[in-house]
Amino acid sequence: MSATSQTIITTEAVAVGTQLAGTGRRRDRRAQTRSAIGRAVIYVLLLVGVGFALVPFFWLIRSSLMDQVQIFASPPKWLPNPVVWSNYPDALKAAPFARYLFNTLNIMVLVVPGTLLSCSAAAFAFSRLHWRGRNVFFALLISGMMLPYAVTLIPTFIAWQKLGFVDTYIPLTIPAFFGAGGAFYIFMLRQFFMAIPNDLDNAVYIDGGSPWTVYWRVILPLSKGPLTLVAVFTIIAVWNDLLNPLIYLSDSNKYTLSLGLASFRGLYNSQWGLLMAASVMVIAPLIVLFFFAQRQIMEGIALTGVKG
Amino acid sequence: MSTATVSRRPSGSGLQRSQGRWGWFFALPALVGFLLFTGGPMIASAVIGMTNWTIGQAPKFIGFGNYEAIAQDALFWKSLSVTGYYAILAVPGGLVVAFLTASLLNQARRGRGLFRTAFYLPVLVPPVASAVLWLWLFNPDAGLLNQLFKALGLPPLLWVYGESTAMPSVALMSIWGFGNMTLVFLAGLQGVSKELYEAAECDGASALRRMWHITIPSISPVILFNMITGMIAAVQVFDAAYVMTQGGPNNATLVYVFYLYSKAFAESQLGYASALAWILFLVILIVTVILFRTSRQWVFYEGGKR
Repeated sequence: MSATSQTIITTEAVAVGTQLAGTGRRRDRRAQTRSAIGRAVIYVLLLVGVGFALVPFFWLIRSSLMDQVQIFASPPKWLPNPVVWSNYPDALKAAPFARYLFNTLNIMVLVVPGTLLSCSAAAFAFSRLHWRGRNVFFALLISGMMLPYAVTLIPTFIAWQKLGFVDTYIPLTIPAFFGAGGAFYIFMLRQFFMAIPNDLDNAVYIDGGSPWTVYWRVILPLSKGPLTLVAVFTIIAVWNDLLNPLIYLSDSNKYTLSLGLASFRGLYNSQWGLLMAASVMVIAPLIVLFFFAQRQIMEGIALTGVKG
Repeated sequence: MSTATVSRRPSGSGLQRSQGRWGWFFALPALVGFLLFTGGPMIASAVIGMTNWTIGQAPKFIGFGNYEAIAQDALFWKSLSVTGYYAILAVPGGLVVAFLTASLLNQARRGRGLFRTAFYLPVLVPPVASAVLWLWLFNPDAGLLNQLFKALGLPPLLWVYGESTAMPSVALMSIWGFGNMTLVFLAGLQGVSKELYEAAECDGASALRRMWHITIPSISPVILFNMITGMIAAVQVFDAAYVMTQGGPNNATLVYVFYLYSKAFAESQLGYASALAWILFLVILIVTVILFRTSRQWVFYEGGKR
């Protein structure tokens, strides 16, 4: 579809629209009041939606600042009075969340560069280089996205177990350097890379540069936005992953934040103040990250419709 | 697609030959990874699914024995129906909520960015934290939802703790994270041509008719996309069941992957669980094909038939 033809049609329609607008003033004013009411209705409905989205956060923070008596008070208290801060240090004492955070960051430090390198390299090969088998392998890689993770889970686990790497971070980190779980990123980066003009590559080749020069000096520096997006999604994925740490880690000192919180919930079943404080600590860093990378995330989702 | 635009240089040019080697060089890690972590395990799991492998015992080849046993397994059918029930609640529910929210957002001129952020925040909550938080919202004694019900004079519910309400409750939690779908819809809505709306308005079409006859057909490919990705995610739900209910009460939330997980890692039945995984794969394939097939009836591509 050509974008230019559509713009031309739109400008014509606007011109016709302005001509029509001049015809009746009275209809215009009635339409205006109607649209004002319509807009009010829209905002009221949007606020209801915002309530649905945000009230759980309010309840989360409110409960994290209450002691057990306040939480179960009847009639219910909507706001903590007095504010109880002790849930936070108590949760940190009850389970080593600082260690879980360190473990999670430890995994991330390997998985993020691994994913960025392997996926961008593959995307480069699939978008800028001509080689035999390229289309077949690309189709194969993409079709792998269809496969539910449950299918590969058990053989992969058996293999890591035979190699003696269960209860280490190796099964959680090394696959990233081989683009594991990154088929979607490869696809996305390829789409971005293809939009970069080919003249840049040719200029490098004429100067006697190699494809490595093109990759490292041209394509990567021009793709900071999409690479940031991949990094952010990878960070979120590592942070959120429950199943893999659950399967591979048995020593609770090695737990990640998500797994640590899940086991904490099993141990402190009805201590809702503690559980909410722990949840706040697991949620907050991602929200902070989001506000730093908001533009990339929003654009990336609009472009690709990815699950974050 | 680029493949059509790839220029075929005369074969034997030095650049092309060296590009061939470089192509392999750059793609190699991902190709090895595909072999080791996707293709290989996929075949291995099909083979393991034909054995009675249990941790601690030597595996024996039993052909389709696992599949025969699965057909007789009441819990398998239970988990299949529970998962289907969840998908039927969560996917259309999420689609409707996300679509309506996106349509409203698209009309809002001021504060769109703020609203968008507000709707996206639940997506950022890690699934485990979301499960813990909602477990508390669902608490029958002091949870937010029953407090609201009490304030409105409604009878309190057991939510995730009751057999009949558990799965709808989990679906409600998943709909809370509808921000992603909303953003995808919003991007689609912004591409709907304005002149269609203007023409319809001149003809006196009501807002509802405009939505039904212009908006929905125009973004039907986006609806299909959200439907398929939502469905694939829904049938693989695990975290909520693991953290909130462990499959209970009375197996009301025994979702498929949770059942598979407990077969493989609690009961150590690796062969049986591998067969379960392949059935899930086939179910996903079949449902996707059905969705694509029926989509021809209602999805409208602007560039003509695809």
